[in-house]
Amino acid sequence: MTPSREQKLWMYEKMLVSRRFEEAIETIYLEGKKPVFNMAKGPIPGEMHLSNGQEPCAVGVCAHLEPSDVVTATHRPHHQAIAKGIDLKRMAAEIFGKATGLSGGRGGHMHLFDPAVNFACSGIIAQGMGPAVGAALSRKMQGKPGVAIAYIGEGAVNQGAFHEALNLAAVWKLPVVFVVEDNAWGISVSKAASTAVPENHVRAEAYGMPGHLVRDNDPYEIFATAGKAIAAARNGEGPSLIEIETMRLAGHFMGDAETYRPKGEKDGLTLRDPISRMRARLIADGDADEATLDRIEEAAQAEVDEAIAFARNSPDPDPADALTSVFV
Amino acid sequence: MTNTNPARANERKLTIARAMAEATAQQMRLDPTVFVMGEDIGEFGGIYGNTRGLIAEFGAERVRDTPISETAFIGAAVGAAQDGMRPIVELMFVDFFGVCFDAIYNLMAKNTYFAGGSFRVPMVLMTSTGGGYSDGGQHSQCVYGTFAHLPGMKVVAPSNAYDAKGLMTAAIRDDNPVVFMYHKGLQGMGWLGTVPGATNHVPEESYTVEIGKAAIARPGKDVTIVSLGIGVHQALEAAKRVAEHGIDAEVVDLRSLVPLDRETIRASVAKTGRLIVVDEDYHSYGVSGEVIASVVEHDLSVLKAAPVRIAYPDVPIPFARVMEQFCLPNADKIVAAIETMLGRQTVGEPS
Repeated sequence: MTPSREQKLWMYEKMLVSRRFEEAIETIYLEGKKPVFNMAKGPIPGEMHLSNGQEPCAVGVCAHLEPSDVVTATHRPHHQAIAKGIDLKRMAAEIFGKATGLSGGRGGHMHLFDPAVNFACSGIIAQGMGPAVGAALSRKMQGKPGVAIAYIGEGAVNQGAFHEALNLAAVWKLPVVFVVEDNAWGISVSKAASTAVPENHVRAEAYGMPGHLVRDNDPYEIFATAGKAIAAARNGEGPSLIEIETMRLAGHFMGDAETYRPKGEKDGLTLRDPISRMRARLIADGDADEATLDRIEEAAQAEVDEAIAFARNSPDPDPADALTSVFV
Repeated sequence: MTNTNPARANERKLTIARAMAEATAQQMRLDPTVFVMGEDIGEFGGIYGNTRGLIAEFGAERVRDTPISETAFIGAAVGAAQDGMRPIVELMFVDFFGVCFDAIYNLMAKNTYFAGGSFRVPMVLMTSTGGGYSDGGQHSQCVYGTFAHLPGMKVVAPSNAYDAKGLMTAAIRDDNPVVFMYHKGLQGMGWLGTVPGATNHVPEESYTVEIGKAAIARPGKDVTIVSLGIGVHQALEAAKRVAEHGIDAEVVDLRSLVPLDRETIRASVAKTGRLIVVDEDYHSYGVSGEVIASVVEHDLSVLKAAPVRIAYPDVPIPFARVMEQFCLPNADKIVAAIETMLGRQTVGEPS
């Protein structure tokens, strides 16, 4: 399964929106945090987990999804949210803690919920896997079309929730695909130091489901593999797991000094930045010329600028609204 | 007084287990999105009988035995609820929450808030509570306060079958997560003793008991005893015994912990001036302290005596019968507390 030219350009565009969005967030996040870094200060307080480098995992999978399909994502959710089609303006406003945010400021960047595209994320490792299994169960029981995607990082594979979710999805043969974004680091602990097997796709076999490995953060390979897995889920063939070798270009969170990284690792990663690689590939393959890609760049930047401006210009929530929405 | 249910001899009586199953079946007939899942809730009918008969009527698709995998299936219930279903999920013993609480208090209870109300989580988590039958310290706890403390989940704990059916129906229809905590000692299982008062008249038709409304289980004027679940029956027994000595105790059955009906508690204590709270959950930082705080932070002047709590001591629950019974609340302890509070000797042998 190869992406069409149109799909390739969509993937590139969404990767760019994600990257430009995070670049903007990165800059604004540091406002008010200099010269002394204090996480509580500035227009965007709290932890900030950037996903730059991991964009191919988002677009290669979400290219196959409809708004009605369900995605549960992680504490590092921006790229997945954007690829799923989340309302970028309201997502930005939520990250700023504004009244116009997706949740009126109650959630923040680790708790983005958009019912229009069935997107949710959560802050604890492997936490979204059960809900993804449940959404898939719901579709199966109601006879409604749709698959669920549970995005996790490679650090999640050692959580009990991972193993329980895989087993339950398999024993009930549910339309769910587990996507492991392997960025090689669980905060500061390497996969080699934390995980008993060198590759995690093999774990799928223990639960009687197919496990796939995509190397080198390749968006087209991710597209092809996810396409097969999602089609199988839609056809009632049950769950599967996709492991993707990706890269975390930034620290675990902003402010992470990354002293644990081997010397030179970051330089090597930057050389393999998936955005510049994809741009070169689109041109080399004759899928787009420079002018076309420049237009996509400009449109992506404009979309991000608009979302950031919307967030900046939105009012703070009424503090007392903290006491509402506990129950519906 | 709300939703009291005076039993009459010729009326149909059900156990709490049967009442829960009946409420569930009635809602499943009405609403195809309602389904049940949990460990041994299918052919077995639930360890405590509350799903008996459901699989025969609705089949294994909607009455779903799960693996022993609470994190996955409670998490799945959250995902299914957010996707338009109304799952009823069973945590066999509340003590088991330790293996799956993340799905309960960080997902089930918080997603609606984090989503600013744009996601709904209409699910029921039913779970057994309580000891008194020497099942050891991981199969005997109540932990009411733990659930009620954490925001985002409604919590109910019926003392009798009438309330159990009405609260179960209300819980299934609620668009929010509801934790339905049923006491094993009230459940009506043949293999486990049951307090007789828990098995009472239950109408066949569907009805609700409003979540968040306490009931006056026995009206009185001298002292208020607030309790829930099995403690209500101990309080009623104590009230009966002190009545023989001229003390008129009022018994408040909380029925719901979240929302807590502070108005009914305050009105009762305003009338009696005395408050005793009976709670099988651990003594400190729990329901008993919250009930007392609800009164004293509102109006200290109504009190004629310092409030008293009769709760489980702050120790893990021991196995040995004499040790466990020593720790549990009972009618004797309540009678003694009333006697001390009213400053007179009332205790006689139970009639």
